[in-house]
Amino acid sequence: MKDVRDALFVAHASDGKLVRRPMSPHLGVYRLQLSMVLSGLNRISGIVTSLGTLLLVWWLVAAASGPKPFDTVQHVVANPLGMIVLFGWTLALVFHTVGGLRHLAWDAGYGFAKDVFNRTGPIVIAVSVVLTLLIWVVGFALWHHGVPAAGTGS
Amino acid sequence: MVEFTLPKNSKVGRGRTFAAPAGAKRIKEFKVYRWSPDDGQNPVLDTYELDLDRMGPMVLDALIHIKNEVDQTLTFRRSCREGICGSCAMNIDGTNTLACLKPIEEVKRAVNIYPLPHMPVVKDLVPDLSMAYAQLRSIEPWLKADTNPPPDGERRQSMEERSKLDGMWECILCFCCTTSCPSYWWNGDKYLGPATLLAAYRWIADSRDEYTGERLDALEDPLKLYACRTIMNCTQTCPKGLNPAEAIGKIKQLQLERKG
Repeated sequence: MKDVRDALFVAHASDGKLVRRPMSPHLGVYRLQLSMVLSGLNRISGIVTSLGTLLLVWWLVAAASGPKPFDTVQHVVANPLGMIVLFGWTLALVFHTVGGLRHLAWDAGYGFAKDVFNRTGPIVIAVSVVLTLLIWVVGFALWHHGVPAAGTGS
Repeated sequence: MVEFTLPKNSKVGRGRTFAAPAGAKRIKEFKVYRWSPDDGQNPVLDTYELDLDRMGPMVLDALIHIKNEVDQTLTFRRSCREGICGSCAMNIDGTNTLACLKPIEEVKRAVNIYPLPHMPVVKDLVPDLSMAYAQLRSIEPWLKADTNPPPDGERRQSMEERSKLDGMWECILCFCCTTSCPSYWWNGDKYLGPATLLAAYRWIADSRDEYTGERLDALEDPLKLYACRTIMNCTQTCPKGLNPAEAIGKIKQLQLERKG
Protein backbone atom coordinates (compact mmCIF):
# COMPACT_ATOMS: atom_id res chain seq x y z
CA MET A 1 0.00 0.00 0.00
CA LYS A 2 1.40 3.35 -1.02
CA ASP A 3 -0.51 5.45 1.45
CA VAL A 4 -1.85 4.16 4.76
CA ARG A 5 -4.83 6.45 4.35
CA ASP A 6 -6.07 4.15 1.58
CA ALA A 7 -7.48 1.82 4.23
CA LEU A 8 -9.85 4.53 5.41
CA PHE A 9 -11.56 4.60 2.04
CA VAL A 10 -12.96 1.11 2.49
CA ALA A 11 -16.43 1.05 4.04
CA HIS A 12 -19.63 -0.95 4.21
CA ALA A 13 -22.98 -0.10 2.72
CA SER A 14 -26.04 -0.78 4.88
CA ASP A 15 -26.45 -4.23 3.28
CA GLY A 16 -22.90 -5.13 4.26
CA LYS A 17 -21.47 -4.80 0.78
CA LEU A 18 -17.98 -3.31 0.58
CA VAL A 19 -17.88 0.14 -1.00
CA ARG A 20 -15.17 2.64 -1.69
CA ARG A 21 -15.61 6.02 -0.08
CA PRO A 22 -15.06 9.12 -2.18
CA MET A 23 -12.37 11.64 -1.31
CA SER A 24 -13.81 15.03 -0.44
CA PRO A 25 -12.93 17.82 -2.90
CA HIS A 26 -9.82 19.82 -2.06
CA LEU A 27 -7.92 22.05 -4.53
CA GLY A 28 -10.97 22.31 -6.74
CA VAL A 29 -13.18 23.87 -4.07
CA TYR A 30 -10.72 25.58 -1.74
CA ARG A 31 -10.78 29.34 -2.12
CA LEU A 32 -7.45 30.59 -3.42
CA GLN A 33 -5.88 33.05 -1.02
CA LEU A 34 -2.87 35.20 -1.62
CA SER A 35 -0.89 33.47 1.13
CA MET A 36 -1.24 30.03 -0.45
CA VAL A 37 -0.72 31.33 -3.99
CA LEU A 38 2.52 33.05 -2.96
CA SER A 39 3.69 29.83 -1.32
CA GLY A 40 3.10 27.94 -4.56
CA LEU A 41 4.76 30.68 -6.60
CA ASN A 42 7.76 30.57 -4.28
CA ARG A 43 8.31 26.97 -5.31
CA ILE A 44 7.65 27.51 -8.98
CA SER A 45 9.93 30.55 -9.07
CA GLY A 46 12.61 28.46 -7.36
CA ILE A 47 12.44 25.90 -10.14
CA VAL A 48 12.38 28.59 -12.86
CA THR A 49 15.35 30.34 -11.23
CA SER A 50 17.36 27.11 -11.19
CA LEU A 51 16.55 26.30 -14.81
CA GLY A 52 17.28 29.87 -15.87
CA THR A 53 20.67 29.63 -14.22
CA LEU A 54 21.54 27.09 -16.91
CA LEU A 55 21.11 29.93 -19.41
CA LEU A 56 23.54 31.99 -17.38
CA VAL A 57 26.05 29.12 -17.44
CA TRP A 58 25.62 28.83 -21.20
CA TRP A 59 26.27 32.57 -21.55
CA LEU A 60 29.39 32.41 -19.37
CA VAL A 61 30.76 29.33 -21.14
CA ALA A 62 30.15 31.00 -24.48
CA ALA A 63 31.90 34.15 -23.28
CA ALA A 64 34.90 32.06 -22.27
CA SER A 65 34.91 30.12 -25.54
CA GLY A 66 35.36 33.04 -27.88
CA PRO A 67 33.57 35.71 -29.88
CA LYS A 68 31.63 33.43 -32.20
CA PRO A 69 29.84 31.31 -29.61
CA PHE A 70 29.25 34.47 -27.58
CA ASP A 71 27.67 36.08 -30.59
CA THR A 72 25.33 33.15 -30.96
CA VAL A 73 24.16 33.45 -27.37
CA GLN A 74 23.73 37.18 -27.63
CA HIS A 75 21.70 36.63 -30.76
CA VAL A 76 19.40 34.11 -29.10
CA VAL A 77 18.95 36.13 -25.94
CA ALA A 78 18.44 39.45 -27.71
CA ASN A 79 15.52 38.39 -29.88
CA PRO A 80 12.04 39.13 -28.49
CA LEU A 81 11.36 35.58 -27.33
CA GLY A 82 14.75 35.40 -25.62
CA MET A 83 14.01 38.72 -23.95
CA ILE A 84 10.71 37.42 -22.61
CA VAL A 85 12.43 34.33 -21.21
CA LEU A 86 15.14 36.49 -19.68
CA PHE A 87 12.56 38.83 -18.18
CA GLY A 88 10.67 35.86 -16.73
CA TRP A 89 13.88 34.56 -15.25
CA THR A 90 14.70 37.91 -13.70
CA LEU A 91 11.22 38.16 -12.22
CA ALA A 92 11.43 34.61 -10.84
CA LEU A 93 14.87 35.25 -9.38
CA VAL A 94 13.84 38.51 -7.74
CA PHE A 95 10.52 37.14 -6.48
CA HIS A 96 12.18 34.04 -5.07
CA THR A 97 14.76 36.19 -3.32
CA VAL A 98 12.30 38.69 -1.87
CA GLY A 99 9.79 35.97 -0.96
CA GLY A 100 12.69 34.00 0.46
CA LEU A 101 13.38 36.84 2.89
CA ARG A 102 9.78 36.50 4.08
CA HIS A 103 10.28 32.78 4.56
CA LEU A 104 13.55 33.51 6.37
CA ALA A 105 11.70 35.84 8.74
CA TRP A 106 9.19 33.06 9.46
CA ASP A 107 12.01 30.63 10.12
CA ALA A 108 13.43 33.14 12.58
CA GLY A 109 10.05 33.37 14.28
CA TYR A 110 8.78 36.69 12.91
CA GLY A 111 5.72 37.66 10.89
CA PHE A 112 3.36 34.85 11.84
CA ALA A 113 0.42 37.02 12.89
CA LYS A 114 -2.42 36.78 10.41
CA ASP A 115 -2.69 40.52 9.83
CA VAL A 116 1.08 40.71 9.38
CA PHE A 117 1.51 37.96 6.77
CA ASN A 118 -1.56 39.20 4.91
CA ARG A 119 0.25 42.54 4.63
CA THR A 120 3.74 41.25 3.82
CA GLY A 121 2.36 39.17 0.91
CA PRO A 122 1.34 42.14 -1.27
CA ILE A 123 4.57 43.90 -0.25
CA VAL A 124 6.60 40.97 -1.62
CA ILE A 125 4.75 41.24 -4.94
CA ALA A 126 5.19 45.01 -5.17
CA VAL A 127 8.89 44.94 -4.27
CA SER A 128 9.53 42.09 -6.73
CA VAL A 129 7.88 43.91 -9.62
CA VAL A 130 9.62 47.21 -8.87
CA LEU A 131 13.05 45.58 -8.47
CA THR A 132 12.64 43.56 -11.67
CA LEU A 133 11.69 46.65 -13.67
CA LEU A 134 14.58 48.54 -12.11
CA ILE A 135 17.03 45.81 -13.12
CA TRP A 136 15.77 45.96 -16.68
CA VAL A 137 15.88 49.72 -16.88
CA VAL A 138 19.46 49.72 -15.60
CA GLY A 139 20.31 46.79 -17.89
CA PHE A 140 19.01 48.58 -20.98
CA ALA A 141 20.76 51.78 -20.00
CA LEU A 142 24.08 49.92 -19.74
CA TRP A 143 23.44 48.09 -22.98
CA HIS A 144 22.97 51.31 -24.91
CA HIS A 145 26.08 52.81 -23.40
CA GLY A 146 28.82 50.67 -24.81
CA VAL A 147 27.98 47.04 -24.11
CA PRO A 148 27.93 45.42 -27.54
CA ALA A 149 24.48 44.65 -28.88
CA ALA A 150 23.60 41.39 -30.60
CA GLY A 151 25.51 40.70 -33.77
CA THR A 152 28.19 43.29 -33.13
CA GLY A 153 30.10 41.27 -30.60
CA SER A 154 33.24 40.77 -32.65
CA MET B 1 1.64 12.97 -3.63
CA VAL B 2 0.25 16.09 -5.24
CA GLU B 3 -3.10 15.43 -6.89
CA PHE B 4 -4.75 18.08 -8.98
CA THR B 5 -7.88 16.06 -9.67
CA LEU B 6 -10.13 13.82 -7.65
CA PRO B 7 -10.22 10.03 -8.06
CA LYS B 8 -12.82 8.87 -10.56
CA ASN B 9 -15.29 7.73 -7.90
CA SER B 10 -15.03 11.10 -6.14
CA LYS B 11 -15.89 13.48 -8.96
CA VAL B 12 -18.91 15.52 -7.96
CA GLY B 13 -21.96 15.33 -10.22
CA ARG B 14 -25.07 17.46 -10.45
CA GLY B 15 -27.71 16.63 -7.88
CA ARG B 16 -31.34 17.42 -7.25
CA THR B 17 -32.83 20.87 -6.79
CA PHE B 18 -35.29 21.59 -4.03
CA ALA B 19 -37.31 24.69 -4.94
CA ALA B 20 -38.07 27.39 -2.41
CA PRO B 21 -41.42 27.13 -0.62
CA ALA B 22 -44.26 29.22 -2.04
CA GLY B 23 -44.38 32.74 -0.65
CA ALA B 24 -40.72 32.85 0.34
CA LYS B 25 -39.35 36.40 0.24
CA ARG B 26 -35.64 36.12 1.07
CA ILE B 27 -34.46 33.13 -0.93
CA LYS B 28 -30.89 31.88 -0.70
CA GLU B 29 -29.34 28.96 -2.56
CA PHE B 30 -27.40 26.33 -0.63
CA LYS B 31 -25.38 23.83 -2.61
CA VAL B 32 -24.57 20.86 -0.46
CA TYR B 33 -22.25 17.90 -1.11
CA ARG B 34 -24.09 14.60 -0.88
CA TRP B 35 -22.84 11.03 -0.90
CA SER B 36 -24.25 7.89 0.61
CA PRO B 37 -22.61 4.45 0.68
CA ASP B 38 -26.03 2.99 -0.22
CA ASP B 39 -26.56 4.90 -3.46
CA GLY B 40 -23.86 3.19 -5.47
CA GLN B 41 -23.00 6.40 -7.29
CA ASN B 42 -20.64 9.34 -7.27
CA PRO B 43 -21.14 12.28 -4.92
CA VAL B 44 -23.46 15.03 -6.13
CA LEU B 45 -24.12 18.66 -5.26
CA ASP B 46 -27.77 19.13 -4.20
CA THR B 47 -29.28 22.59 -4.45
CA TYR B 48 -31.63 23.81 -1.76
CA GLU B 49 -33.48 27.08 -2.21
CA LEU B 50 -34.31 28.19 1.29
CA ASP B 51 -36.38 30.94 2.82
CA LEU B 52 -34.01 32.85 5.11
CA ASP B 53 -36.95 34.17 7.13
CA ARG B 54 -37.62 30.67 8.41
CA MET B 55 -34.25 29.95 10.00
CA GLY B 56 -31.54 31.33 12.28
CA PRO B 57 -28.60 33.40 11.01
CA MET B 58 -25.86 30.76 10.80
CA VAL B 59 -25.03 28.17 8.14
CA LEU B 60 -25.68 25.46 10.72
CA ASP B 61 -29.19 26.84 11.15
CA ALA B 62 -29.71 26.38 7.42
CA LEU B 63 -28.46 22.79 7.55
CA ILE B 64 -30.74 22.00 10.49
CA HIS B 65 -33.60 23.64 8.60
CA ILE B 66 -32.91 21.41 5.60
CA LYS B 67 -32.86 18.32 7.78
CA ASN B 68 -36.05 19.28 9.63
CA GLU B 69 -38.11 20.69 6.80
CA VAL B 70 -36.73 19.70 3.41
CA ASP B 71 -34.65 16.55 3.31
CA GLN B 72 -34.26 14.31 6.35
CA THR B 73 -31.53 12.25 4.73
CA LEU B 74 -28.95 15.05 4.95
CA THR B 75 -26.17 13.95 7.29
CA PHE B 76 -23.82 16.22 9.21
CA ARG B 77 -22.19 16.43 12.61
CA ARG B 78 -23.24 19.11 15.06
CA SER B 79 -23.60 19.46 18.77
CA CYS B 80 -23.07 22.67 20.74
CA ARG B 81 -24.01 25.21 18.03
CA GLU B 82 -21.78 27.77 19.70
CA GLY B 83 -18.27 27.06 18.43
CA ILE B 84 -16.89 25.04 21.31
CA CYS B 85 -17.41 21.38 20.34
CA GLY B 86 -15.84 21.47 16.88
CA SER B 87 -18.31 18.99 15.40
CA CYS B 88 -19.73 21.05 12.55
CA ALA B 89 -16.37 21.76 10.89
CA MET B 90 -16.83 21.82 7.11
CA ASN B 91 -15.81 23.65 3.98
CA ILE B 92 -18.17 26.60 3.53
CA ASP B 93 -17.78 29.10 0.72
CA GLY B 94 -14.30 27.81 -0.04
CA THR B 95 -12.71 27.82 3.40
CA ASN B 96 -12.94 25.54 6.38
CA THR B 97 -14.90 26.79 9.33
CA LEU B 98 -17.54 25.86 11.86
CA ALA B 99 -21.03 25.99 10.38
CA CYS B 100 -22.36 27.32 13.68
CA LEU B 101 -20.01 30.32 13.65
CA LYS B 102 -20.43 31.19 9.97
CA PRO B 103 -23.13 33.80 9.32
CA ILE B 104 -25.10 33.06 6.15
CA GLU B 105 -25.02 36.73 5.19
CA GLU B 106 -21.22 36.65 4.95
CA VAL B 107 -21.62 34.55 1.79
CA LYS B 108 -22.54 36.76 -1.12
CA ARG B 109 -23.90 34.23 -3.61
CA ALA B 110 -24.97 30.60 -3.26
CA VAL B 111 -23.57 28.95 -0.14
CA ASN B 112 -21.37 26.03 -1.19
CA ILE B 113 -20.97 23.42 1.52
CA TYR B 114 -18.51 20.53 1.28
CA PRO B 115 -17.02 18.17 3.86
CA LEU B 116 -13.54 18.99 5.18
CA PRO B 117 -11.22 18.68 2.16
CA HIS B 118 -9.21 15.65 1.04
CA MET B 119 -10.73 13.23 3.54
CA PRO B 120 -12.58 9.94 3.14
CA VAL B 121 -16.30 10.71 3.21
CA VAL B 122 -18.45 8.64 5.56
CA LYS B 123 -21.69 10.21 4.37
CA ASP B 124 -22.60 13.68 3.05
CA LEU B 125 -20.78 16.24 5.20
CA VAL B 126 -19.24 13.72 7.58
CA PRO B 127 -15.54 13.03 6.95
CA ASP B 128 -13.60 10.15 8.47
CA LEU B 129 -11.20 11.74 10.96
CA SER B 130 -9.67 8.50 12.30
CA MET B 131 -6.28 9.32 10.79
CA ALA B 132 -6.21 12.80 12.32
CA TYR B 133 -7.25 11.42 15.72
CA ALA B 134 -4.59 8.70 15.54
CA GLN B 135 -1.99 11.35 14.75
CA LEU B 136 -3.14 13.44 17.71
CA ARG B 137 -2.80 10.39 19.95
CA SER B 138 0.71 9.80 18.61
CA ILE B 139 2.03 13.04 20.16
CA GLU B 140 0.70 11.98 23.58
CA PRO B 141 -1.32 15.10 24.34
CA TRP B 142 -1.24 14.86 28.10
CA LEU B 143 1.05 15.96 30.91
CA LYS B 144 4.04 13.64 31.21
CA ALA B 145 6.25 13.90 34.30
CA ASP B 146 8.38 11.53 36.38
CA THR B 147 8.39 13.64 39.52
CA ASN B 148 5.28 13.55 41.62
CA PRO B 149 3.21 16.66 42.24
CA PRO B 150 3.47 18.12 45.74
CA PRO B 151 1.45 15.91 48.12
CA ASP B 152 -0.65 18.83 49.27
CA GLY B 153 -1.62 20.28 45.92
CA GLU B 154 -1.27 20.59 42.21
CA ARG B 155 1.77 21.42 40.05
CA ARG B 156 2.21 25.17 40.20
CA GLN B 157 2.95 27.53 37.34
CA SER B 158 3.87 31.19 37.39
CA MET B 159 1.57 33.61 35.57
CA GLU B 160 4.23 33.92 32.89
CA GLU B 161 4.57 30.16 32.41
CA ARG B 162 0.82 29.78 32.21
CA SER B 163 0.53 32.57 29.64
CA LYS B 164 2.73 30.58 27.26
CA LEU B 165 -0.19 28.20 26.77
CA ASP B 166 -2.55 30.95 25.64
CA GLY B 167 -3.59 30.54 22.04
CA MET B 168 -3.14 26.76 22.28
CA TRP B 169 -5.39 25.44 25.02
CA GLU B 170 -8.29 27.07 23.17
CA CYS B 171 -7.99 24.60 20.28
CA ILE B 172 -11.19 22.55 19.99
CA LEU B 173 -9.72 19.96 17.58
CA CYS B 174 -12.19 20.60 14.77
CA PHE B 175 -9.38 19.94 12.24
CA CYS B 176 -10.38 22.87 10.04
CA CYS B 177 -6.69 23.83 9.88
CA THR B 178 -5.34 20.35 9.24
CA THR B 179 -7.72 19.74 6.35
CA SER B 180 -7.00 23.18 4.85
CA CYS B 181 -3.32 22.41 4.50
CA PRO B 182 -2.02 21.32 1.06
CA SER B 183 0.96 19.64 2.75
CA TYR B 184 -1.50 17.57 4.74
CA TRP B 185 -3.54 16.82 1.61
CA TRP B 186 -0.50 15.46 -0.20
CA ASN B 187 1.48 13.96 2.72
CA GLY B 188 -1.11 13.48 5.45
CA ASP B 189 -0.13 9.84 5.89
CA LYS B 190 3.11 11.07 7.46
CA TYR B 191 2.82 14.81 8.07
CA LEU B 192 1.05 15.36 11.41
CA GLY B 193 -0.80 18.48 10.30
CA PRO B 194 -1.29 21.85 12.04
CA ALA B 195 -3.88 20.83 14.68
CA THR B 196 -1.75 17.99 16.00
CA LEU B 197 1.44 20.06 15.89
CA LEU B 198 -0.29 22.89 17.77
CA ALA B 199 -1.28 20.32 20.40
CA ALA B 200 2.30 19.04 20.44
CA TYR B 201 3.67 22.53 21.05
CA ARG B 202 1.06 23.10 23.76
CA TRP B 203 2.79 20.34 25.78
CA ILE B 204 6.32 21.29 24.73
CA ALA B 205 5.68 24.80 26.02
CA ASP B 206 4.12 23.60 29.29
CA SER B 207 6.50 24.28 32.20
CA ARG B 208 5.06 21.32 34.14
CA ASP B 209 5.83 18.77 31.42
CA GLU B 210 9.12 16.89 31.87
CA TYR B 211 9.30 15.22 28.47
CA THR B 212 10.15 18.21 26.28
CA GLY B 213 13.25 16.55 24.84
CA GLU B 214 11.46 13.30 24.02
CA ARG B 215 8.60 15.24 22.45
CA LEU B 216 11.02 17.16 20.23
CA ASP B 217 12.85 13.93 19.36
CA ALA B 218 9.60 12.38 18.20
CA LEU B 219 8.89 15.33 15.90
CA GLU B 220 12.37 15.56 14.39
CA ASP B 221 11.35 13.97 11.11
CA PRO B 222 11.43 15.20 7.51
CA LEU B 223 7.69 14.77 7.08
CA LYS B 224 6.04 14.68 10.51
CA LEU B 225 7.10 18.27 11.20
CA TYR B 226 9.04 19.70 8.29
CA ALA B 227 6.41 19.00 5.64
CA CYS B 228 5.05 22.34 6.86
CA ARG B 229 6.06 24.89 4.21
CA THR B 230 4.41 27.89 5.89
CA ILE B 231 1.58 27.97 3.39
CA MET B 232 -0.48 29.64 6.16
CA ASN B 233 -3.86 28.17 5.24
CA CYS B 234 -4.13 26.86 8.81
CA THR B 235 -3.89 30.24 10.49
CA GLN B 236 -5.96 31.82 7.75
CA THR B 237 -8.86 29.41 8.33
CA CYS B 238 -8.89 28.69 12.09
CA PRO B 239 -12.45 29.46 13.28
CA LYS B 240 -11.11 30.13 16.78
CA GLY B 241 -8.54 32.67 15.57
CA LEU B 242 -5.58 30.58 16.72
CA ASN B 243 -2.20 30.43 15.02
CA PRO B 244 -1.04 26.86 14.31
CA ALA B 245 1.58 28.11 11.81
CA GLU B 246 3.30 30.06 14.56
CA ALA B 247 3.28 27.04 16.91
CA ILE B 248 4.87 24.91 14.19
CA GLY B 249 7.44 27.67 13.60
CA LYS B 250 8.29 27.61 17.28
CA ILE B 251 8.81 23.84 17.25
CA LYS B 252 11.14 24.21 14.26
CA GLN B 253 13.06 26.92 16.10
CA LEU B 254 13.42 24.77 19.22
CA GLN B 255 14.74 21.92 17.07
CA LEU B 256 17.32 24.27 15.61
CA GLU B 257 18.30 25.76 18.97
CA ARG B 258 18.97 22.47 20.66
CA LYS B 259 21.20 21.39 17.78
CA GLY B 260 23.34 24.34 18.85
